[in-house]
Amino acid sequence: MAGPKLKPEELASKIKYNLPPKGWMDEPVEFREGTFNYSGNPKNVEYLQLPNPRKWQPTDPDWQLPENWKEIILEGLRDRLHRFRSLQIFMDICVRCGACADKCHFFIGSGDPKNMPVMRAELLRAVYRKDFTLAGKIFGKYAGARELTLDVVKEWFYYFYQCTQCRRCSVFCPYGIDTAEITLLVRELLGLIGVNIDWVVTPVANSFKTGNHLGIQPHGFKDSIDFAVDELEAITGVKVEAPINKKGAEILFITPSADYFGSPHYYTLLGYLALFHEIGLDYTWSTYASEGGNFGSFLSHDMMKSLNAKMYAEARRLGVKWILGGECGHMWRVVHQYMSTLNGPADFLEEPVSPVTGTKFGNARLTKMVHVCEFTADLIKNGKIKLDKSRNDNRRVTFHDSCNPARALGLIEEPRYIIRNACNYFFEMPENTIKEQTFCCGSGAGLGTDENLEMRMRGGLPRANAVKFVKEKHGVNFLGCICAIDKATLPPLMEYWVGGVDVGGVHELVGNALIMKGEKERTTDLRGEPLTVNESAMKEGNMSEEPFGE
Amino acid sequence: MNALFSLVAIIVIIAAAFLGASVPHLDFLFGVVFPYAAITVFLTGIVYRVIKWSTSPVPFHIPTVAGQQKSLPWIKDSPLESPHNTWGVVGRMALEILFFRSLFRNTKMEMKNGPKLVYGSSKYLWLGAIVFHWSMLIIVLRHLRLFMQPIPSFVLGLDSLDGFFQVGLPGLYITDVLILSALTFLILRRLTVRRIRYISLAADYFPLFLLFSIAATGVLMRYFFRIDLVNVKELAVGLFSFHPVVPQGTGVLFYVHLFLVCTLLVYFPFSKLMHMPGIFLSPTRNLANNSRMKRHVNPWNHPVRVHTYEEYEDEYREKMKEAGLPLDKE
Amino acid sequence: MYDSGKIIAGLVIFIGLFTSPFWYDLASGTALQTPDLVLPTKADQKQCVASLEFMRRDHMALLNDWRTQVVRDGITYYKSANGKEFEMRYTKTCLGCHTNTSQFCDQCHNYIGVTLYCLDCHNMPATQIQGPMAAKILNPNSEILNKLQIQN
Repeated sequence: MAGPKLKPEELASKIKYNLPPKGWMDEPVEFREGTFNYSGNPKNVEYLQLPNPRKWQPTDPDWQLPENWKEIILEGLRDRLHRFRSLQIFMDICVRCGACADKCHFFIGSGDPKNMPVMRAELLRAVYRKDFTLAGKIFGKYAGARELTLDVVKEWFYYFYQCTQCRRCSVFCPYGIDTAEITLLVRELLGLIGVNIDWVVTPVANSFKTGNHLGIQPHGFKDSIDFAVDELEAITGVKVEAPINKKGAEILFITPSADYFGSPHYYTLLGYLALFHEIGLDYTWSTYASEGGNFGSFLSHDMMKSLNAKMYAEARRLGVKWILGGECGHMWRVVHQYMSTLNGPADFLEEPVSPVTGTKFGNARLTKMVHVCEFTADLIKNGKIKLDKSRNDNRRVTFHDSCNPARALGLIEEPRYIIRNACNYFFEMPENTIKEQTFCCGSGAGLGTDENLEMRMRGGLPRANAVKFVKEKHGVNFLGCICAIDKATLPPLMEYWVGGVDVGGVHELVGNALIMKGEKERTTDLRGEPLTVNESAMKEGNMSEEPFGE
Repeated sequence: MNALFSLVAIIVIIAAAFLGASVPHLDFLFGVVFPYAAITVFLTGIVYRVIKWSTSPVPFHIPTVAGQQKSLPWIKDSPLESPHNTWGVVGRMALEILFFRSLFRNTKMEMKNGPKLVYGSSKYLWLGAIVFHWSMLIIVLRHLRLFMQPIPSFVLGLDSLDGFFQVGLPGLYITDVLILSALTFLILRRLTVRRIRYISLAADYFPLFLLFSIAATGVLMRYFFRIDLVNVKELAVGLFSFHPVVPQGTGVLFYVHLFLVCTLLVYFPFSKLMHMPGIFLSPTRNLANNSRMKRHVNPWNHPVRVHTYEEYEDEYREKMKEAGLPLDKE
Repeated sequence: MYDSGKIIAGLVIFIGLFTSPFWYDLASGTALQTPDLVLPTKADQKQCVASLEFMRRDHMALLNDWRTQVVRDGITYYKSANGKEFEMRYTKTCLGCHTNTSQFCDQCHNYIGVTLYCLDCHNMPATQIQGPMAAKILNPNSEILNKLQIQN
């Protein structure tokens, strides 16, 4: 992937936290190449039966909005205020204390004051005040109210597609104001007048049609899995089974589609295949529910529901007992916080029990869907799999908590437990950049496009910087993560800011270390790289010992 | 500009009270009518706003967690940062409301050459906020000595605790010093930290100036331009027992103070000060992280268009058949 | 999910707490009783050291000034506005007229909740002492009394 036009040093030197002399209401948005996303493909907008399909771009002076666009948005806002207490509360109680300001990776990387979460929300709040509050109606600008104009809509488009719904600000907010919630609702409002981006609309259309965001059709899916089975056999000498659409299997396994079509996700897929074979899991893949990730959650609650519905529908059709979910970020936010409400109750499934250890996953007793890290951690704890840590000795690993597993689930120790049992070298990044304070990859929520690359590199800077720190301090050369978007977007980020750090899933490390019955002696890891200690990385470990924050 | 606007507004309010209370016979207006009106607006305003909030449902279960979930029995969970039951939520909310837990987490980011990002702990905002809020609470409770007859003993206890150092006569209250210091800090922070000034609206300065004026007039009355407290209590108790009396010779400063308090009460329900009831209703804090254990119902969970398996198989039947994938309908 | 029950309960608690002075004063029965001061009857001391208005607001500051002047500056006489001189002594001058503290000082102090600690240290002829402090001071085992006797 081509990097942004600017070299890293140049980009870094351009990050200034200066403020414009004019007040924020008087500063119109500027669409600069590299910092925004292209509009939704009208064909897919139409396919999804979304409003106002047309050819347009954000840089066009005329966005070809419906004549009554203002009315549509205000009506939409009124409707959402009635349906979401969160929105109502978040509009009313912010005191603008500014605690959230420097918590946002896009603010840190861009210096743009409207990327402070408080300002992002103010963009909506100002309109809310104008039309929905007494003070705003009477005092206007002095009460922080602002007329909804085309410029405001453009600003919304720019800044609410410059939020990855990572919820880091929400951890620091004294009232827990959740920008992800506001962002999703503003994206819904924009969607009402046909303002979308393509990297949300097209994956959603693909997911709707084919079951996965890459648009892989059933036979393509099968080819891909079969290919992986062969590849795994070449590496391990073990031929594994990978049943697809198998009725009556005990468990349905759903993972992001990038796992079987993208790199480095693919090595995590090999890890899954090896693991499930080794423990003799009775499971099945599905072509219909062939996407864990829910791009609908970047567009609207309704679309989230529509795409998510396939999981339970397929589990019911196949007659499985419960669902196992792969490594993914926002997929897990949807599964954990929304699925049962949207498409439950899943009373046709059973409370998940590990067929290998007998452990009951009581924390998933309602949704009947278990995170693969919970599943594997339990296997390791009960001694059901043998891991040869030394096979990962060429990896000096650090772990990037993906935003949603960390801040929606609190899935913090499970992946760490697995890594510690699969690798000899594990180093944590600084405390302010991991766990509940983890920094986003900068490309989530539909923003991971090439045209948005500069903004992605900016937004990813805090994460990259923390990796760079452990690279210099400990010679880290492998960034583990449990999110498909991470796996897609962290490699270019690492290449741009850090260099010499590979990105991969936790179950890739498991696959490397897993001792399989009947396997041949492994000479390479799942990537086909030789199993030797990376000497140069070890040496680099002594380069810098500077303290990193407090 | 926003700060100036708020400052002018406060000065106008103070001047109005000063002039108004100096006019003979207007003291009934300032001493009785306004307080009753303000209390009525305050209470009905808050109830109205909260009821209005409550008519919107919480459609989804969206806590922001800040610690390990309860999952496998051998993994230690954080019951207060990622509560899995009601007691945990009560604890988390108590930490949030009483000790400003989230604000305590605050960090400060700095970018150094390299680029190198450094995060340091930054507790000043937390300190300013907590000192202000607790002082405010204690001061309000202390005022009960002027509102209640006979005076409950806990109020006297609080009073002597607050005046613990017995400095001067009348004794100095610790909270008087603290609240003015905290408000000064919060005002200066808004005015001098450029980023905060950028986001500040008139509605952010106004309550700070208002609270500062209230505290300042209170301090003036206690330590510098004393007023007749017996009169004040007669007025207050008269109000609360619905036998309003307006004793003569209480002093204009008192009416300025009272009018500012009335302004605060009236302003409260229409402003960001609603964060007080609002925090109790914040869905990212007041829900347990148990959404895979306990069902959360969305009352408007309307049906959406779904691409069903039947439609899917119809579209791809030939390809699936060719690939040897099982089919529901041959 | 509305949680109406919890919200209404919360509002009721809030309103209850906020309006508690109303309930309290309405229920107390003594809320409207104001201080009932017994003024000195001595014929020669009709005039206080300062005006009524001043004394009502500022007597504590005056006493504080007196203390400072006597203890620090050695000034022992105070000249009032009408030119009359008074010895700056709380026990002798003030309590000399206002002999019954419970009918005078305590009336207002109790009413507005100001705890006096003047008599914690200040001595006065035992016979003069009346009011709530008396029992404390006249108790033969009282530390204060012992202290007073030593000082006397």
